[in-house]
Amino acid sequence: MAFDLIAFYVFAAITVLGALAVVGQRNPVYSVVAIVGSFCGLSGLYVLLEAPFVAVVQIIIYAGAILVLFLFTVMLLNATREDGAEWDRSHPYYRPGPTRIGGVLAVVLLGQLLWAMTHIADTGGIGEQQPAASSVRLLGRVLFTDYMFAFEVTSILIIAAMVGAVVLAGRKGN
Amino acid sequence: MVPITHYLILSGILFAIGTAGVFLRRNVITLLLSVEVMLNAVNLSFVAFGRQFGTVDGQIITFFVMTVAAAEAAVGLAIVIALFRHRESLSPEAFTNLKW
Repeated sequence: MAFDLIAFYVFAAITVLGALAVVGQRNPVYSVVAIVGSFCGLSGLYVLLEAPFVAVVQIIIYAGAILVLFLFTVMLLNATREDGAEWDRSHPYYRPGPTRIGGVLAVVLLGQLLWAMTHIADTGGIGEQQPAASSVRLLGRVLFTDYMFAFEVTSILIIAAMVGAVVLAGRKGN
Repeated sequence: MVPITHYLILSGILFAIGTAGVFLRRNVITLLLSVEVMLNAVNLSFVAFGRQFGTVDGQIITFFVMTVAAAEAAVGLAIVIALFRHRESLSPEAFTNLKW
């Protein structure tokens, strides 16, 4: 078995197990820590896809900044475990109507996915037709020329988010 | 070499896990984390397609998705803090004032 296939399966297993740990248990602190592991696995997958800059940004921005914000909020609000008995009593999962509709939709979606997977053409390994475009130099040039407008709009978005967060979370009166 | 279908199937699995988290968890912060998992599943398929076609566009769209995710996390967590001050609860069941 080729080395990159083994590496793919290892990183994919880390990512999927981390994501399952995020949604599979009830303590939000464990969820945040598990999602850091999941994103580290995803970063390894980006390295396999020859996108090293995205891999580094994934670690620094996601694991380093966004999830620290989540962890701060979890600890600031003293978020405890979800109550299992309350979950069993009130969750819509136990109502018959939504369960039936959701089950039908899930089966339809699964059928479509299986159909798409069996009808896909075999293109060989990823990137065998094209050389990788992975240099940071090329990335920067395309970002600051072709995507100039989107880049500038992003700065407005960040300012709006920053002002919004301060206004929403700030205490009134002082 | 790893075929692109492997990456797309992994992306689909991650997106399904994130969706399941949104429906299963009863904690607003964990709901936001599940949305982050879904955004990252989409990022993975963008980068995989970019590698397949040998362009940087997939990676650049990934940066924009990350920026939007950061803005969403900041505003979302600020809303969670503001809601917690009013209700002393993180359960979405507590925030149904607009529901008829």
